[in-house]
Amino acid sequence: MDMKYALDFEKPLRGLIKQLDALHQLSEENHIDVSSEISAIEAKIEQTKRSIYSNLSSWQRVQLARHPLRPYSLDYVNSIFEDFREMHGDRQFRDDKSILGGTAFLDGKAVMIIAQQKGRNTKENILRNFGMPNPEGYRKALRLMKLAEKFGLPIITWVDTPGAYPGVGSEERHVAEAIAVNIREMSQMEVPIVTVVVGEGGSGGALGIAVGDRVLILENAYYSVISPESCSAILWKDRSQASKAASALRLGDQALLKHLGVVDEVIEEPLGGAQNSPSEAANSVGKAVRSHLAELLKLTRDQLLEKRYARYRNLGDLNDRRVIDFSEAAS
Amino acid sequence: MPIFHRPRYSTVQVKKKDIPQGLWQKCPASGEIIYNKELEQNQNVVPKSGFHFPIGSRKRLDFLLDEGSWDEKDSDLKPTDPLEFKDQKSYKDRVATYQKATGLNDSVIDGFGKIYGIPVSIAVMEFKFGGGSLGSVAGEKITRTIERSLEHKIPCVIISCSGGARMQEGILSLMQMAKTSAALAKLSKAKIPFISVLTNPTTGGVTASYAALGDVIISEPGALIGFAGRRVIKEATNEDLPDGFQTAEFLMDRGLIDMIVDRREMKDRLRDILSALYLKVQHKKA
Repeated sequence: MDMKYALDFEKPLRGLIKQLDALHQLSEENHIDVSSEISAIEAKIEQTKRSIYSNLSSWQRVQLARHPLRPYSLDYVNSIFEDFREMHGDRQFRDDKSILGGTAFLDGKAVMIIAQQKGRNTKENILRNFGMPNPEGYRKALRLMKLAEKFGLPIITWVDTPGAYPGVGSEERHVAEAIAVNIREMSQMEVPIVTVVVGEGGSGGALGIAVGDRVLILENAYYSVISPESCSAILWKDRSQASKAASALRLGDQALLKHLGVVDEVIEEPLGGAQNSPSEAANSVGKAVRSHLAELLKLTRDQLLEKRYARYRNLGDLNDRRVIDFSEAAS
Repeated sequence: MPIFHRPRYSTVQVKKKDIPQGLWQKCPASGEIIYNKELEQNQNVVPKSGFHFPIGSRKRLDFLLDEGSWDEKDSDLKPTDPLEFKDQKSYKDRVATYQKATGLNDSVIDGFGKIYGIPVSIAVMEFKFGGGSLGSVAGEKITRTIERSLEHKIPCVIISCSGGARMQEGILSLMQMAKTSAALAKLSKAKIPFISVLTNPTTGGVTASYAALGDVIISEPGALIGFAGRRVIKEATNEDLPDGFQTAEFLMDRGLIDMIVDRREMKDRLRDILSALYLKVQHKKA
């Protein structure tokens, strides 16, 4: 089956594309002119795409965020930046291949890349642990972010993880502590941080590299406190209610994320998802990253830290919305 | 091999039937029968076996703080329902149930207090309020607790007891991890001590933020502490969990926790640590 429209709600498209292929074949084999039929079907495909993708449910967006052909972090990094040079290891335990880091150049200027990376096939996924970092991944990320801070390089982090790895070793080496320390240290990092959520923004595993001055999210990515499957297991006592959980959590509702102040910009994707035109998606992402970074680079170090603190300090919904002068209390 | 083998770790799994009600209790560790009244006077710790039953947040403060020193703050903060979340029950109804059961507005109580005269800014999590889950209100209260430490230059003590982030407030709950940890970064820069006390259970987003960021991390014995749930780990990995996995003792062995302290000795121990790190001189014993 063509992986391009492999999701269940894309079924009408698969039918139409089959018809289109049959027409093409018919015309080639019998030398008949079916161009009017072909254009009619093509128009119908366009129309069907618009109706499917303009009205996605939460669960459908989660499926798009996990689409097997969706561009991953490295696809964006390699297309937007030049000379990405990967740096390995946390200098303590080992090299975690589900979080990558290293220097690269954006329009000739040096930056630090931190990226969660999934695999495209089984072999790659085993190497990348399905994009689920162990503690050493977070510790490597922190080491490289501190390196960036030391030499004044802005940091661009790329989020795409179902969550931190729930394994025995991961707990034994204190993944919670690794994430907590990253969050704390990122809040005080003296260089600009831009975060892009490109696919799955799975809970604490995502947040461990996502405390940016600016957080951008792609149209069909999701950012959540818990995976829809786990939420379903806890609240519905049944993992199979993930689609209900996804809609209760309002996953993929990027307007809400922006309204709540969790993200600063929603990056539009090509119709039907980034996988339908990775280069177009990368162009949009590149443009957004450049413009946010340019704004951040105008700030002094103190302004940067103050704004970052304020950004996170104000997140939350309370009955008491009085504004607190946190900068005063903290000085 | 010895005939009588004592396990190195004991996992405390408190089931509903273990929570004190009625006249007496059976200790899950030793089987000994104990009167509730005696248990209460003993901070819900079984005198002989040392088994720690859960204790309510207010009772805990009664035992921990100097009499009359408690000055509660932020008790007017109440949760909202930003997602209008509904599973089989609506979040609004769940909150109302928790509020009725606990007499609290949310899962954290916070304020000022004194421990043998040493002033502290302190917060305690209440497990009975929705599993002590961390939402916007709890995150705000923890953050204000830290900020009051900064403002008054007094130590911060946070006693965690939580299943993790509050799902029903969605992404904003996750953001409380960033908010609280960012405040702790400032506290750390200001060189004001933060003592994190972990109690049974402390898991998920709470462990992955302030609970793991103490200058000193203390745990009660036998407490379950971790990030992912045991069942999730079993399902994801098909691995057998080692003996004592995710207990306080297991984690002290592996270097996360500074010390394990019996609830009945917690006040004295906090005094010792706070006098070392904050007063920097030995504190006269009462």
